[in-house]
Amino acid sequence: MSAPAQNRIIFKHIDEPDYTNDLACYLKHGGYEVMKRSFQRQPQELIDEVKKSGLRGRGGAGFPCGVKWGLVDRKSGKPIYLIVNADESEPGTFKDRYIMYQDPHQLIEGTIISCFANNVKQAYIYIRGEMAEGARILEKAIAEARAANFVGPNILGSNYSCEIFVHRGAGAYICGEETGLIESLEGKRANPRIKPPYFPAVLGLYQCPTIVNNVETLCHVKYIAEHGGEAFTKIGTPNNTGTRIFCVSGHVQRPGYYEFPAGTITMGQLLYDVCGGPLPGRTFKAVIPGGSSAKVMRFGERYKGKRKVGADMVDYDWGVEDVPMDFDSLAMVGTMGGSGGVIVMDDSVNMVEALANINAFYSHESCGQCTPCREGSLWMKKISTRMVHGDARPGDAALLKSVADQIPGRTICAFGEACSWPTQSFYLKFKDEFETYHETKKAPKPADATVLV
Amino acid sequence: MNLKPETFQRIDEVITHYPVKRSATLPLLHLVQEDAGYISDEAIDWVAKKLELEPINVLEVVTFYPMFKRKPIGRRHIKVCRTLSCALVGGYKTCETFEKEFNTHAGPTEVSPDGEVTVEFVECLASCGTAPVVLIDETLHEKVDCAKAKQLSDQIKAEAAARK
Repeated sequence: MSAPAQNRIIFKHIDEPDYTNDLACYLKHGGYEVMKRSFQRQPQELIDEVKKSGLRGRGGAGFPCGVKWGLVDRKSGKPIYLIVNADESEPGTFKDRYIMYQDPHQLIEGTIISCFANNVKQAYIYIRGEMAEGARILEKAIAEARAANFVGPNILGSNYSCEIFVHRGAGAYICGEETGLIESLEGKRANPRIKPPYFPAVLGLYQCPTIVNNVETLCHVKYIAEHGGEAFTKIGTPNNTGTRIFCVSGHVQRPGYYEFPAGTITMGQLLYDVCGGPLPGRTFKAVIPGGSSAKVMRFGERYKGKRKVGADMVDYDWGVEDVPMDFDSLAMVGTMGGSGGVIVMDDSVNMVEALANINAFYSHESCGQCTPCREGSLWMKKISTRMVHGDARPGDAALLKSVADQIPGRTICAFGEACSWPTQSFYLKFKDEFETYHETKKAPKPADATVLV
Repeated sequence: MNLKPETFQRIDEVITHYPVKRSATLPLLHLVQEDAGYISDEAIDWVAKKLELEPINVLEVVTFYPMFKRKPIGRRHIKVCRTLSCALVGGYKTCETFEKEFNTHAGPTEVSPDGEVTVEFVECLASCGTAPVVLIDETLHEKVDCAKAKQLSDQIKAEAAARK
């Protein structure tokens, strides 16, 4: 079965010739009309539309946006803040970059609509430090919007005021974790906060109720405000509504971004039909489906079980190629859809070396607050790097696994899981390669082998 | 603190973005570093005073975030992405090319012998679909294979020569 057609609602204008990131171009394409119409409605109506839409957060966890908004403490008397999480850092993910660089007003409109719905007067866009150019583009776009009275005091005579400021990070991955992000925005080290009690919806920025939403999520809110929650559920599949943007990288013919109705495309269709399959003379070996912390899938393995289709339970027996690319199906086969970053590896890759690359990332990015994560991620890196560059021993595989198994569930934030899942899943799926690596290493490497660590 | 008048102006403006002054720590450090090239001890004391903080509050932030430098680096900053998607399509070779071209080693504060560049092997730059990617100062370069790395190096060298 060939792949369905792309349905670009968020990436509609990305890489479109003649589409520019200034206000004039955005207005020419109907910009800020949805915001104007939203101001005619009751804020609660907008929240209900988002709830009805079933929109799930696009930052990685897939938490329902309407539920997140529903948890906000509205009785505290304190101001409510909204933070746009634009700290796109999960390896393999590169969708928000395109929205901010090429269509910043879409994000600003989505943000103002979300702020209006939640009675927010002050929003911050927390963008990663390396995107200095992106920060400038956003600042210019906000200035244009402010000059046109789409942002700022008494927007278009509505009596509603809302300000947006851009805040740049400085190279720390952990700032993508929402409570770490809040600490960072408060001017501190980005050490995530413990939950409870520090749920952002209650005790967030400056101990006030705070909403943290991903860039793409807020763009979906704009679409929902325009077309209604009901219409959004018609795109995609139940519980996986709307579109998903897949960021494909690594060993495929056509890497890049692709937007499809959620759950309508399988891994095989995405990698073969859309991305053109493996590079010449190569075969697919492994794929990480949702950013580098998602558990790896091995081509050739089968996933079996029962799943719900409508009201019935039916058996499924899938290969990697058959798995639908939605949150629930990927979770069912033991991994996750995460942020949509699909990293593909072909048969030229040695999995021990690929893991050593990933471990170096997590060890560099641990904030250092919790001992199991700080020490564990460092030891996983030390062991896997030694295996590749130094002396590999028969017991290394088991040692790696024992370190990884001692981290998850013992840390303040989900980084503990994120850093141990690669090691656990690589070891589980490619046990043969790990246990014989000390032998494999003795053979000379092909001249064109990819250096990964 | 010796900074350009417009830097002082931008510092005063950015502090107004936040109800709590401490929030301006990162923006101030960025502005100081863009102007002075790195964060000196004097800068830490100055930022602390400006935001009504203790110097340790600023120092702990500087040492936490990889983008802040405690000493001067090369005039141009070449950041090559090291992480998996870039590595899969040759990121390590790209980095090696820059190292060879400028006779230096990649490192957060290493400077080439001519003082021209700092090559840094950094973690994911979030442009994995056009890997390998390289950030030179604030401009992203995509699909930087060895040939393109050589070409970019030549360009940096030519710009350096033109300045002399």
